[in-house]
Amino acid sequence: MNTPANLRYTASHEWVRVEADGTLTVGVTDHAQEALGDVVFLELPEAGRVVAKEEAIAVIESVKAASDIYAPVAGEILEANQAAVDAPESVNADAYAAWLFKIKPANAADVDGLLDAAGYEAAIG
Amino acid sequence: MAQQTPLHASHIAAGARMVDFAGWDMPVNYGSQIEEHHAVRRDAGMFDVSHMLALDLEGADAKAFLRGLLANDVAKLTESGKALYSCMLNEQGGVIDDLIVYFLTDTHYRIVVNAGTAAKDVAWMQQRLAATGTQATLAVRRDLAMIAVQGPNARAKTWTALPGAEAASAGLKVFQAAAFGDIFIARTGYTGEDGFELTLPVDKAVAAWDALVAAGVKPCGLGARDTLRLEAGMALYGNDMDDTVSPLDAGLAWTVDFKDDSRDFVGKATLVTKGAGKQTLGLILEDKGVLRSHQKVITAQGDGETTSGTFSPTLEKSIALARLPLGVTAGDAVEVEIRGKRLKARVVKAPFARNGKALA
Repeated sequence: MNTPANLRYTASHEWVRVEADGTLTVGVTDHAQEALGDVVFLELPEAGRVVAKEEAIAVIESVKAASDIYAPVAGEILEANQAAVDAPESVNADAYAAWLFKIKPANAADVDGLLDAAGYEAAIG
Repeated sequence: MAQQTPLHASHIAAGARMVDFAGWDMPVNYGSQIEEHHAVRRDAGMFDVSHMLALDLEGADAKAFLRGLLANDVAKLTESGKALYSCMLNEQGGVIDDLIVYFLTDTHYRIVVNAGTAAKDVAWMQQRLAATGTQATLAVRRDLAMIAVQGPNARAKTWTALPGAEAASAGLKVFQAAAFGDIFIARTGYTGEDGFELTLPVDKAVAAWDALVAAGVKPCGLGARDTLRLEAGMALYGNDMDDTVSPLDAGLAWTVDFKDDSRDFVGKATLVTKGAGKQTLGLILEDKGVLRSHQKVITAQGDGETTSGTFSPTLEKSIALARLPLGVTAGDAVEVEIRGKRLKARVVKAPFARNGKALA
């Protein structure tokens, strides 16, 4: 399993990269893409949408099933990755390169509540 | 604990992702479901279908019994090895199971039923045998494994893998089977492609599977099996019909044989009285998204519901089978409700794809 140490994670299988400006880049983990199988459709949030922590804000559909993607923290959506929408299979090819959306946290300290790589690996057992 | 087929260890060794299916631990894919799907449409793939159950019905009354048990008419089968697809109905005209019956002799039929319904099917058949005083016995063949080899190159690769099999099976027509030693070779399947379903003794399953791999047949999981059968417009028991759904509503009227007025079968009276209340047609999603089962379909004639839906790797669009009001016809524009949004879809006649080609 591929769980980069420089990222943060949620128990609901999102990865979070904290950028230098404090914004967060979010995708789904390698573990998640493998469990989902071939990804064929993404529905991502609009820029400007204000979201609550753990709110279902995006949908990822594989050949098998549809799954929700949750906001890792409360905040405002800055951008969705149109390239991933146009090529959903990029999530399978490299889950950490195929980011899904960027979010500006309402409270920078909320990031501290996210899992680290060891914590995520322990969570998925 | 989930049951395991004789090929379970082979699946694990091949890196399969395993899931529970009707109480069996089965491979859903060995990596990419889409690649497995394309292997079957373009070359050759195989499925372990040993979770399905083979039954042997033998006895002087076997034929008469099946003519009363099944909605299709086994009297059509006159050539040894010929197969027939049929529903087995309850008195209310609902589908207990869909199955394939092979005619071996007038006193010996082989029946293959779904895994999830196997116990219910056997109980129903035993009850009917007793109630009708039939001179025939039903043998449960869990001593047999089944491998479905499917795709345009499936037959040729099977012949490479099983030396001698070609002479026994080259002359088989579609929906016909023949014995090759203790391997039963049927030119049947559930993918919309040519190929064979091999029924063989459990202790020969691993060697046959390995020989097929060596001949270039790609192992495929239940995930690809589902997208292939849906593209081929084939019904899945439990999704597209069940004990409460009439075959006439489920798009299976072609499998119900009313021709012989003197033949009664379980469920016939109800079907004749009620007729079709709905119809089953295909949908192709025109907006972006993926159709799934149990989504609401809004038509000019009223609401319907998807019964199976998926992303079609061959069409590269989402497709579904849907139970729709009578009066809806192919070509109609309808809407499907997905997560609160209404998306545009087009009604088509299934199948969506067969023999390597998109049809819809």
